Amino acid sequence: MLDRSLINKRYPPISFNIEKQRLRFFAKATGQTDPVYFDEQAAKKNGHPSLLAPPTFLTVVGHEQDEPYKYITDLGIDFGKILHAGQTYKYHYPVYAGNVIKMESQIIDLYEKKKGTLQFIEFQSTYTNQDNIMVAESLATLVAR
Amino acid sequence: MKKLNIGDELPGLVIKPITRTNLALYAQASGDHNPIHIDPDHAKNVGLSDVIAHGMLVMSYLGQAITNQVKQSNIIEYGVKFSSMTRIGDTLTCKGLIVDVRQTDTRKLLKIELKVFDQNNDQKLIGFSKIALSKS
Repeated sequence: MLDRSLINKRYPPISFNIEKQRLRFFAKATGQTDPVYFDEQAAKKNGHPSLLAPPTFLTVVGHEQDEPYKYITDLGIDFGKILHAGQTYKYHYPVYAGNVIKMESQIIDLYEKKKGTLQFIEFQSTYTNQDNIMVAESLATLVAR
Repeated sequence: MKKLNIGDELPGLVIKPITRTNLALYAQASGDHNPIHIDPDHAKNVGLSDVIAHGMLVMSYLGQAITNQVKQSNIIEYGVKFSSMTRIGDTLTCKGLIVDVRQTDTRKLLKIELKVFDQNNDQKLIGFSKIALSKS
């Protein structure tokens, strides 16, 4: 049984510097073909101040911390049983190389399906840049089987 | 995107067959080092026949089906539900269908239904994106 008292539990904010090299590597690893993601000259020609972070890049911020899955272990769930069931982003402002992104997260829901054999965790995050603009929100749904 | 009406399809995007190298590179680039994606021994220990692709890698490929057609700054929402595992050797096809178009005073709002299939027509995910185009 999931401990529903952990619903609304917040996690300490983490900060991530978006570097050009990381954006180029992420663009390569995800097969991006639009040069705004890996060629700074092309990005500037298209009106961007620097390399643009692609729509799924903010996932990096969640992973690059000391204990990225603490919310799972806090629930007493074996990380090996976790699968990613869903992911949603809402975008408010572009993210560029040179940005410093602050991510703040909380567990927002816990529920079970199939008589408790599938346990679902909903983890919500907000991302704010160095100018205090909220650039995006995300909702990750994970399932323990 | 030339046509922007309900029922119009985005050009399908076909991704080269998934390799172990793809998964190793994505693990490094994303910071998602979950061994289920990179270590076949671990995958077997948790009851899978082999490593599986990161869902977020599939979501990243699918994102290009959108950004190939509209500016990324026009995307206001993008979400997916993963329905089936993507395995080594799978050839993914990303598809999009405009299911709603609404005109406001300042913007044209589109809703695109998104799907990814493999070579056996097995659906890997279903998703959606909301697009806002400023009136020109």
